[in-house]
Amino acid sequence: MATAKIIHNPLLISSSRSADKSDSCVKNLSPSSIFGSPSLGKKLFCVKKSVSPISRRCANVVAVSSDVVKEKKLKASSSGSNLLITKEEGLELYEDMYLGRAFEDMCAQMYYRGKMFGFVHLYNGQEAVSTGFIKLLKKEDCVVSTYRDHVHALSKGVSAREVMSELFGKATGCCRGQGGSMHMFSKEHNVLGGFAFIGEGIPVATGAAFTSKYKREALKEDCDEVTLAFFGDGTCNNGQFFECLNMAALWKLPIVFVVENNLWAIGMSHLRATSDPQIWKKGPAFGMPGVHVDGMDVLKVREVAKEAIGRARRGEGPTLVECETYRFRGHSLADPDELRDPAEKAHYAMRDPITALKKYIIENKLASEADLKAIEKKIDEVVDEAVEFADKSPVPPRSQLLENVFADPRGFGIGPDGKYRCEDPKFTEGTAQV
Amino acid sequence: MAAAIMQGVRATKDLSSANYKRSCFATPRSLPERKRSSFVIHCDGNLTSGLNNSSSRSVRLSANAVSTKQENVAASTASKPGHELLLFEALREGLEEEMDRDPRVCVMGEDVGHYGGSYKVTKGLAAKYGDLRVLDTPIAENSFTGMAIGAAMTGLRPIIEGMNMGFLLLAFNQISNNCGMLHYTSGGQFKIPVVIRGPGGVGRQLGAEHSQRLESYFQSIPGIQMVACSTPYNAKGLMKAAIRSENPVILFEHVLLYNLKERIPDEEYVLNLEEAEMVRPGEHVTILTYSRMRYHVMQAAKTLVNRGYDPEVIDIRSLKPFDLYTIGNSVKKTHRVLIVEECMRTGGIGASLTASINENFHDYLDAPIVCLSSQDVPTPYAGTLEEWTVVQPAQIVAAVEQLCQ
Repeated sequence: MATAKIIHNPLLISSSRSADKSDSCVKNLSPSSIFGSPSLGKKLFCVKKSVSPISRRCANVVAVSSDVVKEKKLKASSSGSNLLITKEEGLELYEDMYLGRAFEDMCAQMYYRGKMFGFVHLYNGQEAVSTGFIKLLKKEDCVVSTYRDHVHALSKGVSAREVMSELFGKATGCCRGQGGSMHMFSKEHNVLGGFAFIGEGIPVATGAAFTSKYKREALKEDCDEVTLAFFGDGTCNNGQFFECLNMAALWKLPIVFVVENNLWAIGMSHLRATSDPQIWKKGPAFGMPGVHVDGMDVLKVREVAKEAIGRARRGEGPTLVECETYRFRGHSLADPDELRDPAEKAHYAMRDPITALKKYIIENKLASEADLKAIEKKIDEVVDEAVEFADKSPVPPRSQLLENVFADPRGFGIGPDGKYRCEDPKFTEGTAQV
Repeated sequence: MAAAIMQGVRATKDLSSANYKRSCFATPRSLPERKRSSFVIHCDGNLTSGLNNSSSRSVRLSANAVSTKQENVAASTASKPGHELLLFEALREGLEEEMDRDPRVCVMGEDVGHYGGSYKVTKGLAAKYGDLRVLDTPIAENSFTGMAIGAAMTGLRPIIEGMNMGFLLLAFNQISNNCGMLHYTSGGQFKIPVVIRGPGGVGRQLGAEHSQRLESYFQSIPGIQMVACSTPYNAKGLMKAAIRSENPVILFEHVLLYNLKERIPDEEYVLNLEEAEMVRPGEHVTILTYSRMRYHVMQAAKTLVNRGYDPEVIDIRSLKPFDLYTIGNSVKKTHRVLIVEECMRTGGIGASLTASINENFHDYLDAPIVCLSSQDVPTPYAGTLEEWTVVQPAQIVAAVEQLCQ
């Protein structure tokens, strides 16, 4: 059962939100943290759980702590520099995170200006998770997201133009204007979708991982593709989450379950909804490593992601990663966000992952302030250009209406005249009744 | 699924012993071969004519098919070319041919592998193709359906078996939102070439939950095609067509039809998913039906012919979309329509069909369309009540007599 190389006592695994004891461990084991220890935990979330003998045993076998991973790596490379990233990596991460933030801020503006409609869920505050994970992927690897999917798509390489245009409901959008904010897809970049219902993307991600295994074992193809499934804390009380953990572990599928625990499912606090708020613990229960990581620290996320993606790529099975993060805005732009405690919001605002990375880069002399400013300027231009592009783009023509209902349009059937309805000239005009 | 009681392969023959617990079968081998040979429902016909012409719009089965009687007709068909098999074997043959043809075709579902499927449609396939291509899943319908969709998006062609069609209600979200809509919401980027199939319909005293007709639930999901098979010949041809289709297709099978026997061609054939099947040409009235009700209709037809009527019977087969060409031609000829379905009356296939015919062929009708459907009740357990729930041949005879007055 145990394939994890690093075995760790569950008491040492840090969850600042729920385990008092772990605070000290975080301090001790995080020499590389850009934040030092998050000290918020005790005050805000003082849920105390005793660790039962059973869970201790399970966790002993398979739980992996990111901090330990990191420490080991540091020791191994102690001769070199103590830094976790190179200059190039640092700038790439910074650019991607900044893009995520700038793009989402622009979305808010455009929404209030009436350029986009519906439910628009912004990713502000959680950038370290998307960037920390997705920037480690190959193009062939798959990403499955939720309704909060713009930034996952951007990190995976979908252009800001295409995403913005999709949000504007234009024909040049990545889904031709047929998907919208919550349904971003890109076949080219293997973004398998934003899924708007809670939990429904996890089985799809599991299926993509199944394909990788199938290609390797049934088709004898050379395939080491990995799938990342992103979802939130609210989803972790949904059956599909548990069902897929089971299947992924059972068949050792190359998938990483990435929980973006931002503490709130719209207005439902994670602590009010969940019997045991430490989500990572559910990994060991299914025979896979469960890892907890500070989701406001892109470097920590990246270290954990490397390990988990590496495991999947080597065919060693799935990993559950709980990233402790926070969204800086309401659930969606339609959410007045009156429920969350201003003190809690202020606390997390202080831990802005982008500011932190900037500080780390500058303090460690990876790049200068001017270098970062140049990136910011470049990205601001990219986002402005995306808006311009989206604004100028044509709305979908009527002829598009019926085009993608069926991949094989014979699904529209045979009409009274004996011809396939899709051969009707009105069909291509989008005016046929079907 | 809590209720793991199901009908075995000889369910249609022997009611009293048909409901096995799953646990009765400790090994996959212990199952299938018990005396199904004595039970034969024949849908005999001139199958060899026109079968090789795959574009043929109407492959005619002059089906003298009767669902209730056991007839000894082996002698009459023994000398004809082709081979004789039961409906579930025809499905398996189609599946196997497609799995041989395309290594990306795979099956997933509950007990499809080692156990061979609850109605033996996948019997022996796991041994031949391995556990990955014939994947036994945990009992988690919504998740393994979603998994098949994810696999289809990334290049595989999965067939999902609902152990009982009713269980697919638990996968409704995946079938509706992802199977049906994802091709569209992705702007056409991703295709979902899956087949969803399984045993449905009212069986013999299986109780409400195991006696569902989900076609009415699924029919309004955009982006999904639905076909219902009714003979070994069309079961195989539709199975192969469904697998080859780029669209998600739901293939409806009926629990009481798995043991139908028929001689089918040795040569490969694939049917057209969108086409209706002319079962019996006639002049006086058009009877539209599908799945098991085809046999109730044919029983009624015998009586009707004896009483001097000449009904035209069409098995519509494609439940979505309808083959309005075949249906329309028939309406233009007979000017009277009777629909016989096992689906529920409210919001059923018959209701949609009625609307469609009224919209397209109203001018050709000499009488209002009559639609005989199941009663809007949860299927009762008691045999007598169950019988009154679904349409019986006598009702069909009466309806035709009234329509043709």
